[in-house]
Amino acid sequence: MLIIFLLIGISITVATGFLVAFLWAVRSGQYEDDYTPAVRMLFENEAPDDSKSLKSKI
Amino acid sequence: MSTATQHNVLTCYHCGEPCYNEQLLAHQKSFCCAGCKNVYELLQENNLCTYYSLETQPGIAGKQGLSDARYAYLDDADVEARLLDFKNDTISKLTFYIPQMHCSSCIWLLENLYKLNLGITETTVNFMRKEVAITYHHPKVSLREVVALLARIGYEPSITLADTDGKEKSKTDYSLIFKLGVAGFCFGNVMLLAFPEYLSVGKEVQHEYGRFFGYLSLILSLPVFFYSGQGFFNSAWQGIRQRMVNIDLPIALGLLALFVTSLYQIVSNTGAGYLDSFTGLVFFMLIGKYFQQKTYDTLSFDRDYTSYFPVSVTQLKQDGQEESVAVRSLEIGDRIRIRNQELIPADAILLQGNALIDYSFVSGESEPVEKVAGEVIYAGGRQVGERIELEVVKEVSQGYLTQLWNNAVFSKKEETSMESYANTAGKWFIIVTLLVASGALVFWVPRDTSMALKAFTSVLIIACPCALSLSSPFVLGNTLRIFGKHKLFVKNTGVVESLAKVDTLVFDKTGTLTEPSLSELCYTGKKLSALQEMIVKSLLSHSTHPLSQRLFQELEGEVKTVREFKEISGKGLSGEVKGVFVRAGSAAYLGIVPNTADAAQTAVYVSLDGVIMGHYTFQNVYRQGLQEVLKGLKIDRLAVLSGDNAFEKQRLQALLGTAAELNFNQSPVQKLEYIKQLKRQQRHVLMLGDGLNDAGALKQSDVGIALTNSITNFSPSCDAILDASAFAKLSLFIDFSKESMRIILASFGVSLVYNVVGLTLAVQGLFTPIVSAILMPISSISVIVFATLSVRFAAKRAGL
Repeated sequence: MLIIFLLIGISITVATGFLVAFLWAVRSGQYEDDYTPAVRMLFENEAPDDSKSLKSKI
Repeated sequence: MSTATQHNVLTCYHCGEPCYNEQLLAHQKSFCCAGCKNVYELLQENNLCTYYSLETQPGIAGKQGLSDARYAYLDDADVEARLLDFKNDTISKLTFYIPQMHCSSCIWLLENLYKLNLGITETTVNFMRKEVAITYHHPKVSLREVVALLARIGYEPSITLADTDGKEKSKTDYSLIFKLGVAGFCFGNVMLLAFPEYLSVGKEVQHEYGRFFGYLSLILSLPVFFYSGQGFFNSAWQGIRQRMVNIDLPIALGLLALFVTSLYQIVSNTGAGYLDSFTGLVFFMLIGKYFQQKTYDTLSFDRDYTSYFPVSVTQLKQDGQEESVAVRSLEIGDRIRIRNQELIPADAILLQGNALIDYSFVSGESEPVEKVAGEVIYAGGRQVGERIELEVVKEVSQGYLTQLWNNAVFSKKEETSMESYANTAGKWFIIVTLLVASGALVFWVPRDTSMALKAFTSVLIIACPCALSLSSPFVLGNTLRIFGKHKLFVKNTGVVESLAKVDTLVFDKTGTLTEPSLSELCYTGKKLSALQEMIVKSLLSHSTHPLSQRLFQELEGEVKTVREFKEISGKGLSGEVKGVFVRAGSAAYLGIVPNTADAAQTAVYVSLDGVIMGHYTFQNVYRQGLQEVLKGLKIDRLAVLSGDNAFEKQRLQALLGTAAELNFNQSPVQKLEYIKQLKRQQRHVLMLGDGLNDAGALKQSDVGIALTNSITNFSPSCDAILDASAFAKLSLFIDFSKESMRIILASFGVSLVYNVVGLTLAVQGLFTPIVSAILMPISSISVIVFATLSVRFAAKRAGL
């Protein structure tokens, strides 16, 4: 039954990992804006050759 | 004629406005104005036409005639430093607020800004906040150029005086979420370790691993005790020091009892403790707190005049050169030039031009005020019409409006609302709990000392007023959400409680009861034929005076040529149309003495060939839904405070009923005093206003609601912001907040049932770990569920 000590040790380590990941995600501001990224990912990537020849008029 | 109908059908490819005046074509697309066409061409040239394919007609109608010169103040290093978030040798970062942002095309274009200017390296949009974070290489492009570029494509950032105040931008406070995360983590794991105990098979497991599990749970609950639960203990301690019983005191006491009992049991190996309940309670209560704290961080409730003032103003130098300077650096004696629709930033003397100042936002007067050269114009007014020149007589920070704002009476003492429902209930709760606990102690001590201790702690543990502390955040939090869905944005949950107590309603008139952008044309006098109306309209077409412009839009007919047109500024116009000599203007201009009843009102008199025909007046248009609000109100006292003159008195009285108190010509300070007086009569006042002139009254009242046509626009500081389109629901909101209070009471009742059952078991010393483990989470969760569902149900029934 020693295995229980090991398993509990592992489970708590894994859970702590998730907790740290959660705290990091909050701190890095990932929950700040939950709308714009959803829209942003739908934009098409354009062919890169156009942007090379742009005429900056401003 | 066929072209005319075609014009009506065509809409601008860029902004979707109908192309009335002119029709501009480019690439087989029609545009309503040169501004829109320019933006299109700019985007077209840089391969940015995806903008138009994401959404149709996403553009913003271009404002005309604004030169880039007005951004000159952004070259000022001081202003720049105040606006920038970060700057090093090569890059600068800053965040702009762009109120025009409205669709996914906007996001796309703003995030592709680097294609328009190579100096800009990165732009990131936060759509909910309508903010864009820009990073640029400052050797390649200046701040001014960035702003000018944004303005050119229709996304002019709003930069107000408040932005340059260099106020610390409040960083989002994550501590509650951290606490919640830690508590959740510990709760989950402790629960897992406590699981064998819940089950009958757990006996032998418990025997073998009990100590290990116990100590592990203890370690896991330490962060909850010292970090997550800290807020409850601090608040309770502060309450004790101020000799007050708040809701956190019974909670802290309960939590302490739970933790200490568990600690004793685990260390002495007499039991498994109640650490699962302890961590669970902290977790649930933090959720409640989080729910209560949820705010609309895209809205700002505490704005002052600085967010209304512009940053720059056009200054005239000695040699007559125009220069754009920061408002803050204006000094006494400086000459400034104010154009149409610009704000006067400092008290100044009029030097040149016809000033027609719209003070509606500051004083509530609906009609612009005429000023002649030499008169002092107070800051905060908006010039309507031609450009004027002024000489500054007071610095911005010394102006009339600023002084008014800084006036001590304007700052309401923020009473710490310890009188809230939960706190009052908490006070009684702790008294009863302590009585019952000591009663159990007294009963058991002669019989069984160990049982006495057990019963005493059990009472404290089971009576932990989690339900009390949970019900009101969840009920109020849900109410807040429902209000928000219907466009009443409430500052915090305390406002809902205050709203439920309201028994007196005070309205501002201009802009609140009336629709600010509309006015009804009213004509009195001899009837004009279609031809005569056309003649008058033709005459008016030549005047830029705002009254003429408004009248011009209302009248029917084609515009004919006018001969011998003459305009005496501030008085009236004259001219000859189709052989008829027309005069239009003020009563004095036509030599009429108006009846006293009409004198208070702005009227345009008309005479044809010397015969006075009649006069036009503009009537306020009251907001739609006002009748429904008045009908639905269950309030015994109604008042109107208007900065305007008393002309509309009779109409208003008929509308609001004879019981309503109507007060006209009220200054901002008078409004404030009126509210104060009502409060002295133990009235709970709800004030509804819209302008700076109401700011003091809004702050003074129990609940101050600012009405606005666009929630992201400037509104004075207040407790809640109401979108004008939801005005008709005002009475529903009040009713619903009362309903919420009843729901809180009901959930108190639910938790009371649990407590009675629990206490009966506890005083008898019948409390087993299994019962506590089941009863405690269930009571918490059922209160949460009850609160959430009943608010939803009540909202549906109330029609919200």
